[in-house]
Amino acid sequence: MASAPRLEIRDLWFDYEADTPVLRGVSLTIEPGEFVAVIGQNGSGKTTLVKHFNGLLRPHRGQVLLDNEDILHHSVGALARRVGYVFQNPDHQIFGATTHEEIAFGPVNFDLPEDEVEARTVDALESFRLTEYADVQPAMLGFGLRRKVSIAAVYAMQTPILILDEPTTGLDWKSTSELMQLIGELNRQGRTIILITHDMRVVAEYVPRCMVIRKGEVLIHDSTREVFRQAELLESTHIQVPQISQLGRRMVTLGLQDGILTVPEFCDAYNDLMSGT
Amino acid sequence: MLRGVDFAVEEGEFVSIMGPTGVGKTTLCLGLNGIVPQSTGGMIKGDVTVNGLNTKRTLVPELARYVGLVFQEPETQLFNMTVEAEVAFGLESLGFPPKEMGERVEWALSVVGMDGYQKRSPFSLSGGQKQRIAIASILAMMPKILVLDEPTASLDPLGKTEVFSVVRELRRQRGMTIIMVSFESERIAEFSDRVVVLREGQVEMQGTPDRVFAQVELMDEIGLAVPQVSELAYTMNRRYHTTYVFTQLEEAYQKLTNNSGRPWRRDSG
Repeated sequence: MASAPRLEIRDLWFDYEADTPVLRGVSLTIEPGEFVAVIGQNGSGKTTLVKHFNGLLRPHRGQVLLDNEDILHHSVGALARRVGYVFQNPDHQIFGATTHEEIAFGPVNFDLPEDEVEARTVDALESFRLTEYADVQPAMLGFGLRRKVSIAAVYAMQTPILILDEPTTGLDWKSTSELMQLIGELNRQGRTIILITHDMRVVAEYVPRCMVIRKGEVLIHDSTREVFRQAELLESTHIQVPQISQLGRRMVTLGLQDGILTVPEFCDAYNDLMSGT
Repeated sequence: MLRGVDFAVEEGEFVSIMGPTGVGKTTLCLGLNGIVPQSTGGMIKGDVTVNGLNTKRTLVPELARYVGLVFQEPETQLFNMTVEAEVAFGLESLGFPPKEMGERVEWALSVVGMDGYQKRSPFSLSGGQKQRIAIASILAMMPKILVLDEPTASLDPLGKTEVFSVVRELRRQRGMTIIMVSFESERIAEFSDRVVVLREGQVEMQGTPDRVFAQVELMDEIGLAVPQVSELAYTMNRRYHTTYVFTQLEEAYQKLTNNSGRPWRRDSG
């Protein structure tokens, strides 16, 4: 895998209908190897924004740069080798006759040698625990499995930047944790991961950085702990931090350490508070 | 898929159904209004009785008078040009006279807090609003039982709260029976009377949210999340030999601050 490029957005504007801009002058930089959650209300422009990162949408004004190069100079096909995109709805993506074929599709289209295609496909099947479904038609699988197939297919393309649009929707907590651990592993290998989600518990437990979108603008882009401390700002966009962070926040006036993200963190902080350290 | 599921829901109860991905929750929901097996086929053993009617022997349109079904994705349920037409659609197909239809549409929209949106396109609305329109279109047919299959899965937190609040009001004010499939353990703890947990096609346990969410290890084994405060109680009990049971934020706050706004001190030694 090539090392991840720096992704930069400069003054990006976009609308689907004239005079109702969905993105209003977005500027941001996502560093190589960054693992960032994109959060915000339904309709705030999250999906529209990330669809610019791989050229699925072209800006009406502004620029999208990969390593300082405007992506307008690249075809969607060429960009697909650098930026992988997992759709929100797996059924918008799945069409293969078998799960194996579905996953091999990307690598085949990259004109990779046959043994490389096979190696990547087998690796993806194993990593997502899909081997037993290799010969099954993916459209016939249950929702959770279809979701995994759609991610495995993009995983096999081994793009240095991976975008996932609400990948944990409809998954139980166990499948969610397994998936997030796998995504964390991809990040540790050096990939840039951009994750759209409404699940703040997923963000708190697995995603180190966070970007808040409100009405087509980036409100804040910082560490998750710092973002989750901004109570008023989050309230203005109806984001609720996880229950344990809410509890922690209510006890800050009693001396509890600020910025609690997880249950073990709360326990430690509460213990410190009680023992007076 | 389902292998000997047994449970009963009383009139006016709010029951949440939890279960891992692929356990058959949707199949169960479709079984409650006869779509399974009447439209889908499949083998069914045992009986589903709704308001005394057996779903194998009662046609789906007849059952629809008693059971309304709301699905996960509001988009797949909305297809009319205006909110008004959307909500009237079911009544129209049942041949209601225009006057009564108009009254019911207005009533259903006001119940879900969407009065005034009659002429809007459903597609211009937020996720939570769309799902409330989907609920209104079912309500217009005035079923006694509302079955919702992960109605908030694709919604943001505001949308989730909107939907849960509307459902709670339907139960409080109209005495409707609510059966909701959801993973939202924290909202389930706040809103529902009883939780039924499915595992491998069977009922693994059922009870009040307090009882079910105290089973932290079992829920974890099944692959389901409990409210974070329940996990907190469990972790504190393990670490400090306390005997906490929390299912809601307020409760955890009160007990951890000993009701006095000060942190509770455990006995030393």
